[in-house]
Amino acid sequence: MKVLVPVKRVLDYNIKARPKADGSGVELSGLKMSMNPFDEIAMEAAIRFKEAGQASEIIAISCGTQACQETLRTALALGADRAILVETDEALQPLAVAKLLKVLVLREQPGLVICGKQAIDDDANQTGQMLAALLGWAQATFASRIELGSDRASVTREIDGGLETLSITLPAVITTDLRLNEPRYATLPNIMKAKKKPLETLTPADLGVDVTSRLTLLKVAEPPARQGGIKVNDVAELLDKLKNEAKVI
Amino acid sequence: MTILVVAEHDNQHLKAATRHVLAAAQAIGGEIHLLVAGQHCAAVAESARALSGVGCVLLAESDVLDSAGAECMADLVLSLARNYTHLLAAASASGKNWMPRVAALLDVAQVSDIVRVDAPDTFTRPIYAGSVWATVHSEDAIKVITVRATAFEAVAETGGSARLEKVDAAPDTGLSRRIHLALNDSSRPELESARVVVSGGRGLGSAERFSALLEPLADKLNAALGASRAAVDSGYVPNDYQVGQTGKIVAPDLYIAVGISGAIQHLAGMKASRVIVAINKDPDAPIFAVADYGLVGDLNQVVPALTSAL
Repeated sequence: MKVLVPVKRVLDYNIKARPKADGSGVELSGLKMSMNPFDEIAMEAAIRFKEAGQASEIIAISCGTQACQETLRTALALGADRAILVETDEALQPLAVAKLLKVLVLREQPGLVICGKQAIDDDANQTGQMLAALLGWAQATFASRIELGSDRASVTREIDGGLETLSITLPAVITTDLRLNEPRYATLPNIMKAKKKPLETLTPADLGVDVTSRLTLLKVAEPPARQGGIKVNDVAELLDKLKNEAKVI
Repeated sequence: MTILVVAEHDNQHLKAATRHVLAAAQAIGGEIHLLVAGQHCAAVAESARALSGVGCVLLAESDVLDSAGAECMADLVLSLARNYTHLLAAASASGKNWMPRVAALLDVAQVSDIVRVDAPDTFTRPIYAGSVWATVHSEDAIKVITVRATAFEAVAETGGSARLEKVDAAPDTGLSRRIHLALNDSSRPELESARVVVSGGRGLGSAERFSALLEPLADKLNAALGASRAAVDSGYVPNDYQVGQTGKIVAPDLYIAVGISGAIQHLAGMKASRVIVAINKDPDAPIFAVADYGLVGDLNQVVPALTSAL
Protein backbone atom coordinates (compact mmCIF):
# COMPACT_ATOMS: atom_id res chain seq x y z
CA MET A 1 0.00 0.00 0.00
CA LYS A 2 1.06 3.54 -0.71
CA VAL A 3 1.55 5.75 2.32
CA LEU A 4 1.26 9.48 2.09
CA VAL A 5 3.04 11.63 4.69
CA PRO A 6 2.34 15.37 4.84
CA VAL A 7 5.26 17.28 6.37
CA LYS A 8 5.37 20.90 7.50
CA ARG A 9 8.30 23.29 7.64
CA VAL A 10 8.27 25.07 11.00
CA LEU A 11 10.50 27.15 13.25
CA ASP A 12 12.97 24.74 14.85
CA TYR A 13 11.86 23.17 18.13
CA ASN A 14 14.77 24.69 20.06
CA ILE A 15 14.09 28.30 19.12
CA LYS A 16 11.78 30.41 21.25
CA ALA A 17 9.23 32.18 19.07
CA ARG A 18 8.93 35.94 19.45
CA PRO A 19 6.44 38.39 17.98
CA LYS A 20 7.70 40.82 15.33
CA ALA A 21 8.10 44.34 16.65
CA ASP A 22 4.92 45.50 14.88
CA GLY A 23 2.90 42.51 16.12
CA SER A 24 2.04 41.45 12.57
CA GLY A 25 3.37 37.93 12.98
CA VAL A 26 6.09 35.78 14.48
CA GLU A 27 9.71 36.63 13.70
CA LEU A 28 11.08 33.92 11.39
CA SER A 29 13.70 35.69 9.29
CA GLY A 30 17.18 34.25 9.61
CA LEU A 31 16.03 31.57 12.05
CA LYS A 32 16.54 27.83 11.67
CA MET A 33 13.56 25.98 10.20
CA SER A 34 13.00 22.24 10.53
CA MET A 35 10.48 19.52 9.87
CA ASN A 36 7.63 19.59 12.39
CA PRO A 37 8.68 17.02 15.05
CA PHE A 38 5.32 15.23 15.01
CA ASP A 39 5.70 14.83 11.23
CA GLU A 40 9.15 13.29 11.75
CA ILE A 41 7.39 10.67 13.87
CA ALA A 42 4.89 10.14 11.04
CA MET A 43 7.76 9.74 8.55
CA GLU A 44 9.44 7.22 10.85
CA ALA A 45 6.22 5.22 11.17
CA ALA A 46 5.85 5.12 7.39
CA ILE A 47 9.48 4.03 6.93
CA ARG A 48 9.01 1.23 9.43
CA PHE A 49 5.91 0.04 7.55
CA LYS A 50 7.98 -0.03 4.38
CA GLU A 51 10.84 -1.87 6.08
CA ALA A 52 8.31 -4.43 7.35
CA GLY A 53 7.01 -4.92 3.81
CA GLN A 54 3.62 -3.36 4.65
CA ALA A 55 4.09 -0.17 2.64
CA SER A 56 5.12 -0.17 -0.99
CA GLU A 57 5.84 3.51 -1.53
CA ILE A 58 6.14 6.57 0.69
CA ILE A 59 5.16 9.94 -0.74
CA ALA A 60 6.06 13.04 1.25
CA ILE A 61 4.00 16.18 0.63
CA SER A 62 4.55 19.71 1.80
CA CYS A 63 2.39 22.77 1.17
CA GLY A 64 3.99 26.20 1.41
CA THR A 65 6.77 28.33 0.01
CA GLN A 66 9.60 27.16 -2.22
CA ALA A 67 11.73 26.71 0.91
CA CYS A 68 9.61 23.67 1.83
CA GLN A 69 11.74 21.82 -0.74
CA GLU A 70 14.34 21.58 2.02
CA THR A 71 11.86 19.83 4.31
CA LEU A 72 10.91 17.47 1.49
CA ARG A 73 14.59 16.69 0.83
CA THR A 74 14.87 15.78 4.50
CA ALA A 75 11.87 13.48 4.11
CA LEU A 76 13.49 11.90 1.05
CA ALA A 77 16.74 11.44 2.95
CA LEU A 78 14.86 9.76 5.78
CA GLY A 79 13.24 7.28 3.40
CA ALA A 80 10.43 8.79 1.33
CA ASP A 81 10.48 7.55 -2.29
CA ARG A 82 9.25 10.74 -3.87
CA ALA A 83 7.97 14.14 -2.87
CA ILE A 84 5.34 16.64 -3.92
CA LEU A 85 5.52 20.35 -3.14
CA VAL A 86 2.35 22.40 -3.41
CA GLU A 87 3.99 25.76 -3.76
CA THR A 88 2.35 28.99 -2.65
CA ASP A 89 3.34 32.15 -0.83
CA GLU A 90 -0.10 32.38 0.81
CA ALA A 91 -0.12 31.70 4.54
CA LEU A 92 -1.93 28.38 4.59
CA GLN A 93 -4.43 27.41 7.25
CA PRO A 94 -5.32 23.80 8.15
CA LEU A 95 -8.55 23.75 6.12
CA ALA A 96 -6.71 24.88 2.97
CA VAL A 97 -3.98 22.28 3.52
CA ALA A 98 -6.60 19.57 4.06
CA LYS A 99 -8.25 20.52 0.77
CA LEU A 100 -4.93 20.40 -1.10
CA LEU A 101 -4.12 17.04 0.45
CA LYS A 102 -7.55 15.70 -0.46
CA VAL A 103 -6.93 16.35 -4.16
CA LEU A 104 -3.54 14.66 -3.94
CA VAL A 105 -5.03 11.69 -2.09
CA LEU A 106 -7.61 11.26 -4.85
CA ARG A 107 -4.79 11.33 -7.40
CA GLU A 108 -2.37 9.06 -5.55
CA GLN A 109 -4.89 6.67 -3.92
CA PRO A 110 -2.83 5.83 -0.82
CA GLY A 111 -4.02 3.20 1.65
CA LEU A 112 -2.93 5.37 4.54
CA VAL A 113 -2.17 9.00 5.28
CA ILE A 114 -0.07 9.47 8.37
CA CYS A 115 0.75 12.91 9.75
CA GLY A 116 1.71 14.68 12.95
CA LYS A 117 -1.11 15.40 15.40
CA GLN A 118 -0.27 19.09 15.32
CA ALA A 119 2.34 21.48 14.01
CA ILE A 120 4.41 23.16 16.68
CA ASP A 121 3.97 26.61 15.12
CA ASP A 122 0.20 27.16 14.97
CA ASP A 123 -0.65 24.30 17.38
CA ALA A 124 -3.96 23.91 15.55
CA ASN A 125 -4.32 20.12 15.70
CA GLN A 126 -6.78 20.07 12.78
CA THR A 127 -5.32 19.05 9.44
CA GLY A 128 -5.45 15.25 9.78
CA GLN A 129 -9.01 15.24 11.11
CA MET A 130 -10.14 17.69 8.42
CA LEU A 131 -8.58 15.60 5.68
CA ALA A 132 -10.28 12.46 6.99
CA ALA A 133 -13.64 14.26 7.09
CA LEU A 134 -13.29 15.67 3.57
CA LEU A 135 -12.49 12.18 2.27
CA GLY A 136 -15.20 10.49 4.35
CA TRP A 137 -12.47 8.31 5.84
CA ALA A 138 -11.90 6.89 9.29
CA GLN A 139 -9.41 8.66 11.50
CA ALA A 140 -7.28 7.70 14.47
CA THR A 141 -5.65 10.66 16.15
CA PHE A 142 -2.88 10.81 18.77
CA ALA A 143 -1.63 7.32 17.92
CA SER A 144 0.89 5.68 20.22
CA ARG A 145 0.77 2.27 18.51
CA ILE A 146 -0.34 1.18 15.03
CA GLU A 147 -0.90 -2.34 13.70
CA LEU A 148 -1.64 -2.40 10.00
CA GLY A 149 -3.81 -5.11 8.51
CA SER A 150 -4.84 -5.41 4.88
CA ASP A 151 -8.18 -3.65 5.15
CA ARG A 152 -8.22 -2.51 8.78
CA ALA A 153 -5.76 -1.00 11.19
CA SER A 154 -5.77 -1.21 14.93
CA VAL A 155 -4.56 1.97 16.57
CA THR A 156 -3.95 2.62 20.24
CA ARG A 157 -4.49 6.25 21.05
CA GLU A 158 -4.05 8.48 24.02
CA ILE A 159 -7.26 9.76 25.58
CA ASP A 160 -7.98 11.53 28.84
CA GLY A 161 -7.40 9.07 31.64
CA GLY A 162 -5.89 6.25 29.65
CA LEU A 163 -5.62 4.54 26.29
CA GLU A 164 -8.15 3.24 23.83
CA THR A 165 -7.64 0.96 20.87
CA LEU A 166 -9.67 1.57 17.74
CA SER A 167 -10.19 -0.74 14.84
CA ILE A 168 -10.55 1.47 11.77
CA THR A 169 -11.25 0.72 8.14
CA LEU A 170 -8.58 1.50 5.58
CA PRO A 171 -7.90 3.79 3.85
CA ALA A 172 -7.63 6.10 6.85
CA VAL A 173 -5.85 9.08 8.31
CA ILE A 174 -3.71 8.48 11.38
CA THR A 175 -2.10 11.29 13.38
CA THR A 176 0.93 10.63 15.53
CA ASP A 177 1.62 11.35 19.16
CA LEU A 178 5.07 11.66 20.71
CA ARG A 179 5.31 8.12 21.97
CA LEU A 180 4.69 6.31 18.70
CA ASN A 181 8.39 5.95 17.92
CA GLU A 182 11.76 7.62 18.05
CA PRO A 183 12.61 9.05 14.63
CA ARG A 184 15.94 8.23 13.04
CA TYR A 185 18.43 10.74 11.68
CA ALA A 186 19.19 10.97 7.99
CA THR A 187 22.63 9.54 7.15
CA LEU A 188 25.03 11.37 4.87
CA PRO A 189 24.82 8.79 2.02
CA ASN A 190 21.02 9.00 2.20
CA ILE A 191 21.13 12.81 2.13
CA MET A 192 23.21 12.54 -1.07
CA LYS A 193 20.84 9.97 -2.57
CA ALA A 194 17.84 12.14 -1.69
CA LYS A 195 19.04 14.80 -4.09
CA LYS A 196 18.31 12.47 -6.99
CA LYS A 197 14.85 11.38 -5.86
CA PRO A 198 11.86 12.90 -7.70
CA LEU A 199 10.31 16.08 -6.35
CA GLU A 200 7.25 17.32 -8.20
CA THR A 201 6.09 20.91 -7.82
CA LEU A 202 2.45 21.92 -8.21
CA THR A 203 0.43 24.98 -7.28
CA PRO A 204 -2.96 25.24 -5.51
CA ALA A 205 -4.37 26.41 -8.87
CA ASP A 206 -3.10 23.21 -10.53
CA LEU A 207 -5.12 21.30 -7.93
CA GLY A 208 -8.16 23.57 -8.29
CA VAL A 209 -8.13 24.59 -4.63
CA ASP A 210 -8.89 28.06 -3.28
CA VAL A 211 -6.52 28.57 -0.36
CA THR A 212 -7.71 32.03 0.69
CA SER A 213 -7.54 32.44 4.47
CA ARG A 214 -10.81 32.44 6.39
CA LEU A 215 -9.17 33.68 9.56
CA THR A 216 -7.48 37.03 9.66
CA LEU A 217 -4.54 37.35 11.99
CA LEU A 218 -5.05 40.68 13.77
CA LYS A 219 -1.95 40.63 15.93
CA VAL A 220 0.49 38.49 17.83
CA ALA A 221 1.84 39.44 21.22
CA GLU A 222 3.77 38.07 24.16
CA PRO A 223 1.44 36.30 26.61
CA PRO A 224 0.84 38.00 29.96
CA ALA A 225 4.02 37.48 31.96
CA ARG A 226 3.93 35.68 35.24
CA GLN A 227 5.95 37.36 37.97
CA GLY A 228 8.40 35.12 39.76
CA GLY A 229 8.02 35.01 43.52
CA ILE A 230 10.45 34.40 46.31
CA LYS A 231 12.79 31.65 47.44
CA VAL A 232 12.05 30.10 50.77
CA ASN A 233 14.75 28.62 52.96
CA ASP A 234 13.14 25.45 54.21
CA VAL A 235 10.04 23.32 54.39
CA ALA A 236 8.75 25.11 57.47
CA GLU A 237 8.87 28.48 55.74
CA LEU A 238 7.23 27.01 52.63
CA LEU A 239 4.36 25.59 54.67
CA ASP A 240 3.94 28.88 56.51
CA LYS A 241 3.68 30.77 53.22
CA LEU A 242 1.24 28.28 51.70
CA LYS A 243 -0.98 28.37 54.79
CA ASN A 244 -0.86 31.99 55.80
CA GLU A 245 0.08 33.99 52.73
CA ALA A 246 -1.27 32.06 49.72
CA LYS A 247 -3.93 30.28 51.81
CA VAL A 248 -3.98 27.26 49.51
CA ILE A 249 -3.56 24.51 52.12
CA MET B 1 -26.52 34.59 18.38
CA THR B 2 -27.16 31.04 19.51
CA ILE B 3 -24.28 28.94 20.76
CA LEU B 4 -24.01 25.17 20.96
CA VAL B 5 -21.65 23.89 23.63
CA VAL B 6 -20.82 20.19 23.51
CA ALA B 7 -20.61 18.74 27.01
CA GLU B 8 -17.69 16.68 28.23
CA HIS B 9 -18.79 13.75 30.39
CA ASP B 10 -18.23 10.06 31.07
CA ASN B 11 -21.92 9.01 30.77
CA GLN B 12 -22.26 9.37 34.54
CA HIS B 13 -20.89 12.75 35.47
CA LEU B 14 -20.42 16.00 33.70
CA LYS B 15 -16.73 16.90 33.60
CA ALA B 16 -15.67 20.25 35.02
CA ALA B 17 -14.33 21.37 31.64
CA THR B 18 -17.93 21.78 30.45
CA ARG B 19 -18.61 24.59 32.92
CA HIS B 20 -15.46 26.40 31.77
CA VAL B 21 -16.50 26.13 28.13
CA LEU B 22 -19.93 27.48 29.09
CA ALA B 23 -18.13 30.50 30.56
CA ALA B 24 -16.43 31.09 27.20
CA ALA B 25 -19.88 30.84 25.56
CA GLN B 26 -21.20 33.46 27.99
CA ALA B 27 -18.32 35.73 27.09
CA ILE B 28 -19.43 35.49 23.46
CA GLY B 29 -23.02 36.20 24.48
CA GLY B 30 -26.40 35.00 23.26
CA GLU B 31 -28.54 31.94 23.93
CA ILE B 32 -26.61 28.85 24.99
CA HIS B 33 -27.59 25.25 24.29
CA LEU B 34 -25.69 22.28 25.70
CA LEU B 35 -25.42 18.98 23.86
CA VAL B 36 -25.01 15.87 26.01
CA ALA B 37 -24.19 13.00 23.66
CA GLY B 38 -23.37 9.50 24.81
CA GLN B 39 -24.74 6.17 25.93
CA HIS B 40 -27.20 5.97 28.84
CA CYS B 41 -26.36 9.52 29.78
CA ALA B 42 -29.83 10.90 30.52
CA ALA B 43 -28.83 11.54 34.15
CA VAL B 44 -25.95 13.73 32.96
CA ALA B 45 -28.35 15.74 30.81
CA GLU B 46 -30.79 16.05 33.69
CA SER B 47 -28.11 17.43 36.02
CA ALA B 48 -26.87 19.77 33.28
CA ARG B 49 -30.25 21.53 33.21
CA ALA B 50 -29.28 23.30 36.42
CA LEU B 51 -26.07 24.79 35.03
CA SER B 52 -26.03 28.54 35.09
CA GLY B 53 -26.75 30.20 31.76
CA VAL B 54 -27.91 27.16 29.78
CA GLY B 55 -31.23 27.67 27.98
CA CYS B 56 -31.66 24.22 26.53
CA VAL B 57 -30.04 20.83 27.03
CA LEU B 58 -30.03 18.55 24.00
CA LEU B 59 -29.73 14.86 24.75
CA ALA B 60 -28.51 12.38 22.13
CA GLU B 61 -28.26 8.78 23.30
CA SER B 62 -26.94 5.90 21.26
CA ASP B 63 -24.67 2.90 21.74
CA VAL B 64 -22.78 4.14 18.73
CA LEU B 65 -21.81 7.36 20.46
CA ASP B 66 -19.95 5.49 23.12
CA SER B 67 -18.01 2.97 21.13
CA ALA B 68 -17.67 4.62 17.74
CA GLY B 69 -15.07 7.23 17.15
CA ALA B 70 -14.91 10.82 16.06
CA GLU B 71 -16.81 10.14 12.84
CA CYS B 72 -20.22 9.62 14.48
CA MET B 73 -19.76 12.41 17.00
CA ALA B 74 -18.84 14.83 14.22
CA ASP B 75 -21.88 13.76 12.18
CA LEU B 76 -24.18 14.39 15.16
CA VAL B 77 -22.80 17.87 15.80
CA LEU B 78 -22.90 18.59 12.09
CA SER B 79 -26.60 17.66 11.97
CA LEU B 80 -27.31 20.37 14.56
CA ALA B 81 -24.76 22.94 13.44
CA ARG B 82 -26.90 24.98 11.04
CA ASN B 83 -29.05 26.22 13.93
CA TYR B 84 -26.13 27.95 15.58
CA THR B 85 -23.70 30.83 15.14
CA HIS B 86 -21.02 29.24 17.31
CA LEU B 87 -20.04 25.64 18.12
CA LEU B 88 -17.86 25.22 21.20
CA ALA B 89 -16.14 22.24 22.79
CA ALA B 90 -13.29 21.84 25.24
CA ALA B 91 -9.84 21.53 23.68
CA SER B 92 -9.57 18.12 25.36
CA ALA B 93 -8.48 14.84 23.81
CA SER B 94 -12.11 14.39 22.82
CA GLY B 95 -12.94 17.85 21.45
CA LYS B 96 -9.65 18.03 19.56
CA ASN B 97 -10.47 14.69 17.99
CA TRP B 98 -13.86 15.32 16.38
CA MET B 99 -14.31 19.09 16.18
CA PRO B 100 -12.03 19.64 13.15
CA ARG B 101 -14.18 17.13 11.22
CA VAL B 102 -17.21 19.31 11.91
CA ALA B 103 -15.36 22.42 10.75
CA ALA B 104 -14.15 20.77 7.55
CA LEU B 105 -17.61 19.46 6.68
CA LEU B 106 -19.09 22.93 7.28
CA ASP B 107 -16.24 24.35 5.19
CA VAL B 108 -15.19 26.74 7.95
CA ALA B 109 -11.88 27.39 9.67
CA GLN B 110 -11.67 26.12 13.23
CA VAL B 111 -10.27 28.38 15.92
CA SER B 112 -8.42 26.01 18.26
CA ASP B 113 -7.76 26.32 21.96
CA ILE B 114 -8.96 29.88 22.63
CA VAL B 115 -7.92 31.56 25.88
CA ARG B 116 -9.82 34.83 25.41
CA VAL B 117 -12.96 36.06 23.70
CA ASP B 118 -12.16 39.51 22.30
CA ALA B 119 -15.47 39.85 20.43
CA PRO B 120 -18.06 37.35 19.15
CA ASP B 121 -15.93 36.95 16.00
CA THR B 122 -12.48 37.62 17.45
CA PHE B 123 -10.52 35.29 19.68
CA THR B 124 -7.07 34.97 21.20
CA ARG B 125 -5.21 31.68 21.24
CA PRO B 126 -1.71 30.56 22.18
CA ILE B 127 0.63 29.44 19.40
CA TYR B 128 4.24 28.22 19.45
CA ALA B 129 3.74 26.26 22.68
CA GLY B 130 2.31 29.31 24.36
CA SER B 131 5.34 31.53 23.65
CA VAL B 132 3.11 33.83 21.63
CA TRP B 133 -0.58 34.67 21.67
CA ALA B 134 -2.36 35.30 18.39
CA THR B 135 -5.58 37.26 18.02
CA VAL B 136 -7.65 36.10 15.05
CA HIS B 137 -10.82 37.30 13.40
CA SER B 138 -13.18 34.74 11.87
CA GLU B 139 -15.28 35.63 8.86
CA ASP B 140 -17.14 32.32 8.80
CA ALA B 141 -20.92 32.26 9.32
CA ILE B 142 -20.58 29.47 11.89
CA LYS B 143 -17.64 29.82 14.23
CA VAL B 144 -16.16 26.45 15.21
CA ILE B 145 -14.11 26.80 18.36
CA THR B 146 -12.29 24.68 20.90
CA VAL B 147 -11.70 26.26 24.28
CA ARG B 148 -8.80 25.98 26.70
CA ALA B 149 -10.93 25.25 29.75
CA THR B 150 -8.48 26.55 32.32
CA ALA B 151 -8.48 30.01 30.77
CA PHE B 152 -12.12 30.63 31.71
CA GLU B 153 -13.66 30.74 35.18
CA ALA B 154 -16.33 28.00 35.44
CA VAL B 155 -20.03 28.93 35.49
CA ALA B 156 -22.04 27.98 38.57
CA GLU B 157 -23.37 24.43 38.86
CA THR B 158 -26.77 25.67 39.92
CA GLY B 159 -29.17 28.46 39.15
CA GLY B 160 -30.28 27.37 35.69
CA SER B 161 -33.48 25.67 34.65
CA ALA B 162 -32.92 24.63 31.06
CA ARG B 163 -35.51 22.77 29.04
CA LEU B 164 -34.56 19.31 27.83
CA GLU B 165 -34.91 18.15 24.24
CA LYS B 166 -33.99 14.81 22.73
CA VAL B 167 -32.19 14.72 19.42
CA ASP B 168 -31.35 11.78 17.18
CA ALA B 169 -27.82 10.46 17.08
CA ALA B 170 -26.27 10.06 13.65
CA PRO B 171 -26.14 6.49 12.31
CA ASP B 172 -22.99 4.43 12.69
CA THR B 173 -20.58 5.14 9.84
CA GLY B 174 -18.95 1.74 10.31
CA LEU B 175 -15.58 3.41 9.83
CA SER B 176 -14.25 2.90 13.29
CA ARG B 177 -15.02 1.14 16.54
CA ARG B 178 -13.36 0.87 19.91
CA ILE B 179 -12.04 -2.59 20.63
CA HIS B 180 -10.24 -1.92 23.88
CA LEU B 181 -10.35 0.68 26.62
CA ALA B 182 -7.70 0.87 29.33
CA LEU B 183 -8.49 3.60 31.81
CA ASN B 184 -5.92 4.20 34.48
CA ASP B 185 -7.25 2.95 37.74
CA SER B 186 -6.99 6.00 39.86
CA SER B 187 -8.66 7.14 43.01
CA ARG B 188 -6.99 10.50 42.58
CA PRO B 189 -8.70 13.60 41.27
CA GLU B 190 -8.51 14.16 37.54
CA LEU B 191 -5.40 16.05 36.50
CA GLU B 192 -7.20 18.77 34.58
CA SER B 193 -9.75 19.59 37.27
CA ALA B 194 -7.80 18.91 40.49
CA ARG B 195 -7.43 21.72 43.03
CA VAL B 196 -3.88 20.64 43.79
CA VAL B 197 -1.38 19.05 41.38
CA VAL B 198 1.93 17.47 42.37
CA SER B 199 4.16 17.10 39.33
CA GLY B 200 7.51 15.37 38.95
CA GLY B 201 10.34 15.73 36.47
CA ARG B 202 13.52 14.01 35.48
CA GLY B 203 15.01 15.03 38.82
CA LEU B 204 13.12 12.15 40.40
CA GLY B 205 15.52 9.77 38.66
CA SER B 206 13.35 6.65 38.40
CA ALA B 207 9.78 5.36 38.31
CA GLU B 208 10.28 3.91 41.79
CA ARG B 209 11.38 7.18 43.31
CA PHE B 210 8.64 9.05 41.46
CA SER B 211 5.98 6.99 43.18
CA ALA B 212 7.79 6.60 46.50
CA LEU B 213 8.29 10.35 46.91
CA LEU B 214 5.34 11.94 45.16
CA GLU B 215 2.44 9.59 45.89
CA PRO B 216 2.52 10.12 49.68
CA LEU B 217 2.66 13.89 49.12
CA ALA B 218 -0.24 13.75 46.66
CA ASP B 219 -2.20 11.56 49.11
CA LYS B 220 -1.77 14.12 51.87
CA LEU B 221 -2.92 16.97 49.64
CA ASN B 222 -5.63 15.00 47.79
CA ALA B 223 -3.76 16.05 44.69
CA ALA B 224 -3.60 14.80 41.13
CA LEU B 225 -0.21 13.57 39.91
CA GLY B 226 1.40 15.12 36.86
CA ALA B 227 4.78 14.96 35.17
CA SER B 228 7.05 16.77 32.78
CA ARG B 229 7.65 15.42 29.31
CA ALA B 230 11.15 14.41 30.40
CA ALA B 231 9.71 12.22 33.15
CA VAL B 232 7.23 10.65 30.75
CA ASP B 233 9.90 10.07 28.11
CA SER B 234 12.09 8.46 30.76
CA GLY B 235 9.27 6.02 31.48
CA TYR B 236 8.63 7.07 35.09
CA VAL B 237 4.89 7.49 34.50
CA PRO B 238 2.32 6.92 31.72
CA ASN B 239 1.81 9.46 28.94
CA ASP B 240 -1.41 10.91 30.24
CA TYR B 241 0.43 12.33 33.25
CA GLN B 242 2.19 14.80 30.98
CA VAL B 243 1.59 18.46 31.71
CA GLY B 244 2.61 20.78 28.90
CA GLN B 245 1.68 22.26 25.57
CA THR B 246 1.50 18.84 23.95
CA GLY B 247 0.03 17.19 27.04
CA LYS B 248 -2.48 18.44 29.57
CA ILE B 249 -3.05 22.11 30.33
CA VAL B 250 -3.72 22.58 34.03
CA ALA B 251 -4.48 25.57 36.25
CA PRO B 252 -4.99 24.32 39.82
CA ASP B 253 -4.99 26.48 42.95
CA LEU B 254 -1.66 24.91 43.91
CA TYR B 255 0.91 23.36 41.56
CA ILE B 256 3.96 21.75 43.13
CA ALA B 257 6.76 21.11 40.63
CA VAL B 258 9.33 18.64 41.96
CA GLY B 259 12.59 18.09 40.09
CA ILE B 260 11.24 19.91 37.03
CA SER B 261 13.62 22.32 35.32
CA GLY B 262 10.88 24.28 33.55
CA ALA B 263 11.14 23.87 29.77
CA ILE B 264 8.91 26.26 27.78
CA GLN B 265 6.86 23.25 26.75
CA HIS B 266 6.09 22.43 30.39
CA LEU B 267 5.53 26.01 31.51
CA ALA B 268 2.93 26.41 28.77
CA GLY B 269 0.91 23.70 30.47
CA MET B 270 0.93 25.00 34.05
CA LYS B 271 1.80 28.65 34.31
CA ALA B 272 -1.84 29.67 34.67
CA SER B 273 -1.89 27.90 38.07
CA ARG B 274 -2.83 30.18 40.95
CA VAL B 275 0.13 29.34 43.18
CA ILE B 276 3.24 27.56 41.94
CA VAL B 277 5.80 25.90 44.20
CA ALA B 278 9.09 24.69 42.74
CA ILE B 279 11.46 22.29 44.45
CA ASN B 280 14.72 21.86 42.58
CA LYS B 281 18.39 21.49 43.44
CA ASP B 282 19.48 23.86 40.66
CA PRO B 283 18.98 27.47 41.81
CA ASP B 284 19.11 28.64 38.18
CA ALA B 285 16.35 26.32 36.91
CA PRO B 286 13.86 28.30 34.76
CA ILE B 287 10.98 26.94 36.84
CA PHE B 288 11.95 29.38 39.60
CA ALA B 289 11.17 32.31 37.29
CA VAL B 290 7.48 31.42 37.37
CA ALA B 291 7.26 29.96 40.88
CA ASP B 292 5.65 31.94 43.68
CA TYR B 293 7.65 29.93 46.19
CA GLY B 294 10.92 28.28 45.27
CA LEU B 295 12.82 25.91 47.48
CA VAL B 296 16.35 25.07 46.41
CA GLY B 297 17.29 21.69 47.78
CA ASP B 298 17.58 17.94 47.40
CA LEU B 299 14.12 16.63 46.62
CA ASN B 300 14.97 13.36 48.36
CA GLN B 301 15.03 15.24 51.65
CA VAL B 302 12.65 18.11 50.97
CA VAL B 303 9.69 16.07 49.71
CA PRO B 304 9.51 13.58 52.60
CA ALA B 305 9.96 16.46 55.05
CA LEU B 306 7.11 18.35 53.40
CA THR B 307 4.90 15.25 53.37
CA SER B 308 5.42 14.53 57.02
CA ALA B 309 4.92 18.16 58.01
CA LEU B 310 1.51 18.34 56.32
